[in-house]
Amino acid sequence: MTTVADNGVNVQALLEAREALQGAPEAAQFTWRASATWRNGVHSTIKVQSFFGLGQEQGHKEESVFDADHPAVFAATDNGITPIEYLLVGLASCLTAGVASVAQNRGIQLRSVEATVEGNHDIRGILGADSDVRNGYNDIRVTFHIDADASRQEIEALVAQSQKRSAVFDALTNPTDVTVEVA
Amino acid sequence: MSGERVTTVVIGAGHAGLSASHFLRGRSIDHVVLERGEVANSWRRERWDSLRLLTPNWQSRLPGQHYDGPDPDGYMTTAEVTEFIERFAKVSGAPVRTGVNVTSVRRTGDGYRVTTSDGEIRCRTVVIASGACNQPAVPRFKDAVPGEAEQLTPFGYREPAQLPDGGVLVVGASATGVQLAAEIRRSGRPVTLSVGEHVRLPRTYRGRDVLWWMEASGVWAQRYDEVDDLTRARRLPSPQLAGTPERMTLDINALTSMGVELVGRWAGMRDGRALFSGGLRNVFSLADLKMERLLDTFDEWAQAAGPAGRADRSGAEAGPPERFPPTRVPAATRLQLDLRSGEIRSIVWATGFRPDYRWLDVPVLDAKGQLRHEGGVAGSPGLYALGLPVLRRRKSTFICGIEDDARELIDHLACYLAGR
Repeated sequence: MTTVADNGVNVQALLEAREALQGAPEAAQFTWRASATWRNGVHSTIKVQSFFGLGQEQGHKEESVFDADHPAVFAATDNGITPIEYLLVGLASCLTAGVASVAQNRGIQLRSVEATVEGNHDIRGILGADSDVRNGYNDIRVTFHIDADASRQEIEALVAQSQKRSAVFDALTNPTDVTVEVA
Repeated sequence: MSGERVTTVVIGAGHAGLSASHFLRGRSIDHVVLERGEVANSWRRERWDSLRLLTPNWQSRLPGQHYDGPDPDGYMTTAEVTEFIERFAKVSGAPVRTGVNVTSVRRTGDGYRVTTSDGEIRCRTVVIASGACNQPAVPRFKDAVPGEAEQLTPFGYREPAQLPDGGVLVVGASATGVQLAAEIRRSGRPVTLSVGEHVRLPRTYRGRDVLWWMEASGVWAQRYDEVDDLTRARRLPSPQLAGTPERMTLDINALTSMGVELVGRWAGMRDGRALFSGGLRNVFSLADLKMERLLDTFDEWAQAAGPAGRADRSGAEAGPPERFPPTRVPAATRLQLDLRSGEIRSIVWATGFRPDYRWLDVPVLDAKGQLRHEGGVAGSPGLYALGLPVLRRRKSTFICGIEDDARELIDHLACYLAGR
């Protein structure tokens, strides 16, 4: 092997962080934040900038602004994607980041990674049309197309390991205690 | 017996403590082996009735003793294991004191003060061989499980007949979980198995016991300092194996064929309902991929070893390489179960075990209560441990794995005593 895989992931820094945080669990406590402002109808604007971690306030280098709305078939103004689509955005990006990181750690050079995500959703739940139908997704399917210097088995292992270490995969597949209150 | 002094106190008279004693004796280091109950106590009292060793009889080896019965390919029952260990204790003349409970081990000037139910002993060195499975590890949310479902751990479970009629939720798919799910299902009860990360293995591979391959290929002999992720290796659940006369593979597919319903890892409780992870497919993928990699390792080794290297003890050649179908994913899995509905009448927690170090008053435990050690050498001078997962090798917790570990550790202990 004369070439070293470079997927642009600083695995060394991640491994060092893992090592350092093993002895300092308090520094590993992060709080992620987003704030939404209602615009009109079912359209809102969400801003994300600050977060907390490594024992102090942190911030992205720039604030990100997202619009969420619903499409015309929902009789809405379609100023942005629907909230439940944002879940797909989160899942796809998290798993893809995981694939790149695991590949880097395993010395596998990636040439291209494409993920398509489909979530099946029975909207009778949110419409209150049938109380037996849940509000959220019934199921989600992610399909990866990966071109890399690796066998199919190694690529499948990348995808499996990526799920094993994915924050969003965990958040979607396991229950989370959610508090919603009026300040 | 206040004020008694010996050079070494060994805590626990199972196969690990007795092997330590064997090598201490070989070096003429005076010692005692303290045992809270009887020799091989856990095997007598803390295991279910149908349990058999995961290793075939021919792999039952202790220093200077090996299986010499008529069924080398069979698997010992707990009574047979007890007898095997008892015989070892007798033949080796280990200075075992039974019925002596260790209540405290403290560091003193040049060694340790061991307080027991039978008085105090001062010693230079201590070997902890009290086992890795002293108490069941059960998730905290067990307290939120409604009273409609009776809860058992493998310490209280003996046989299916003791369970109430009706549905049984078995939690965990390591060796314990798959064995209990299978026998409870055979008793006619509907069984739901909650499956998290697991280690899938076929019972036999290329016509041999899979543990023959683990040993012959050198995988089992891999040292702790050669393992990529030691923390992970030490936390690995026991493989999905059962020691049955039929040498049956007891993986998830076998359980599906028996009519066991699968659900994901039990993630928590809400309003009397058990909530299961939707990540079942991925734990299947992980286990299938890991098994394939292991079988690849065996095949590569077999190729390199040639016919002579891979011949078994009768000189027979191994069969051709095999591959097994992937774990079948159920068409739909339930993500929650109402535990007040009466569907589930009992819950068996096969969620692992943990050691009990409540008596150890030496600061050598990590934040999770596990012993910090380097290949069995604990972080306090003269303190050693044996019989923990991947202590010095992958085979450390298997009966045949103790000899090499015990020899090396007692070598270290002897050097320590000699001031080298």
